[in-house]
Amino acid sequence: MTLADAAAPNPLVPSGAEMIIGLICFAVVFGILGKMLMPRITKTLAEREDAIEGGLNRADEAQAEAQRVLEQYRAQLEDARHEAARLRTEAQEQGAQIVAEMRERAQAEARRITESAQAQIEAERQAALQSLRSEVGTLSVELASRIVGESLTDTARQGRMVDRFLEELESRNGTAPSAAAGTGAGAGQ
Amino acid sequence: MTGEVAAAASGGCHLFSGCGFPAPGLQDFNLPPIFSIGGWGVTKPQVLAVLVAIAVIGFFWAAFRKPKMIPGKTQSLGEMAILAVRDQVIRPQLGKKGDKFWAYMVALFFFILLCNWMELIPVLQFPVMSRFGFVVPLVAIMYITYWYHGFKTKGFFGYFKSWFPDAPLFIMPLLGLIEILKYVIIQPATLAIRLFANMFAGHLLLSIFMVATWYLMGMSIGLVYAVGSLAMVFFVFLLELLVGLLQAFIFTTLISSYLADSLEYQH
Repeated sequence: MTLADAAAPNPLVPSGAEMIIGLICFAVVFGILGKMLMPRITKTLAEREDAIEGGLNRADEAQAEAQRVLEQYRAQLEDARHEAARLRTEAQEQGAQIVAEMRERAQAEARRITESAQAQIEAERQAALQSLRSEVGTLSVELASRIVGESLTDTARQGRMVDRFLEELESRNGTAPSAAAGTGAGAGQ
Repeated sequence: MTGEVAAAASGGCHLFSGCGFPAPGLQDFNLPPIFSIGGWGVTKPQVLAVLVAIAVIGFFWAAFRKPKMIPGKTQSLGEMAILAVRDQVIRPQLGKKGDKFWAYMVALFFFILLCNWMELIPVLQFPVMSRFGFVVPLVAIMYITYWYHGFKTKGFFGYFKSWFPDAPLFIMPLLGLIEILKYVIIQPATLAIRLFANMFAGHLLLSIFMVATWYLMGMSIGLVYAVGSLAMVFFVFLLELLVGLLQAFIFTTLISSYLADSLEYQH
């Protein structure tokens, strides 16, 4: 031991063989790592990062798409609501219009019917009046001739007499029918 | 550690048995060749260096030979390892532009780490980096790299100029001398000696307690001390586990910082 101690060289003097072996060993480790293994794993790491980022991006995109579709649906729903409301008011308007139209038409019809009825009544009244007038004339002349006993055969005179009488009647009738009837009866006598 | 191994093989040299304490020393670092190839004696640290190289390549080969998007166990471990080197060693010093040194730093870190931990593996039990010869090439590579990048980024004269800070002229001779010494001698020398000396001292410490445990063992009062010494073996073992890791980390971190110095204009 003491001999070895004396013979031991300075530990800070590197041995040539060790330097060469150390250099070769490190060079081989560095070479295989640097040329082969590290490029492979860095590529994989980059790919993985890409994949994760891509996945996140895809998720974002899907979310944005979903949001967009949702907005679209909401807009469509809103449109549909508006459309329905519009149709409803339109229908109400149309209904009211139809009702009004029908009412107008019914009123017009009623008016027309009333008018025609009145016209007919007027016409019939006129006709009745006309026939009554001639009848009353004939009857009263006949009655008068019977009472007076004088033949009133002259038709022209008869007609004038009757007309005058009736006009008197009418004029009296117009102011006071009851009095006219009384005087008529008196005059008739 | 051949001292105590030899002692154990020869029946042991114990307390009160008439022989002195076979203190481990420099002789434990100058091991005789294990075998020889063509007249060249191959020593234990040389074999260990080759084993370390095979182990580092083997692990990363297993991890990254066919890297997958969804990693298996080995690949996950390998990724953790290289990402740790990138995020703890390279990025703090060099930022993202240091990623081109990634493979270099990974190779360096794990080569040194395993070389250091060789001290702790039974039978192997020798830190490769306690042989200065193995440290020198690593520092030489660093030296070449940082000069090369200095010249490449700043130009030949620009690189030398960048050594000198903006300082008053009268202090320049002193400051200039210090800066030149720093870049040419001090940085590489301290880098090399720090790693070497730590592993050297660690191995010596561990050897001393191991040999002492063996030496004190016997049916005597020495047994009590042997137990204490054994406890120290365990403690130093854990300490060396940490030191091995720490030295690998410091070595690569300092290289990162030196490279950053070469690539930057600022001090």
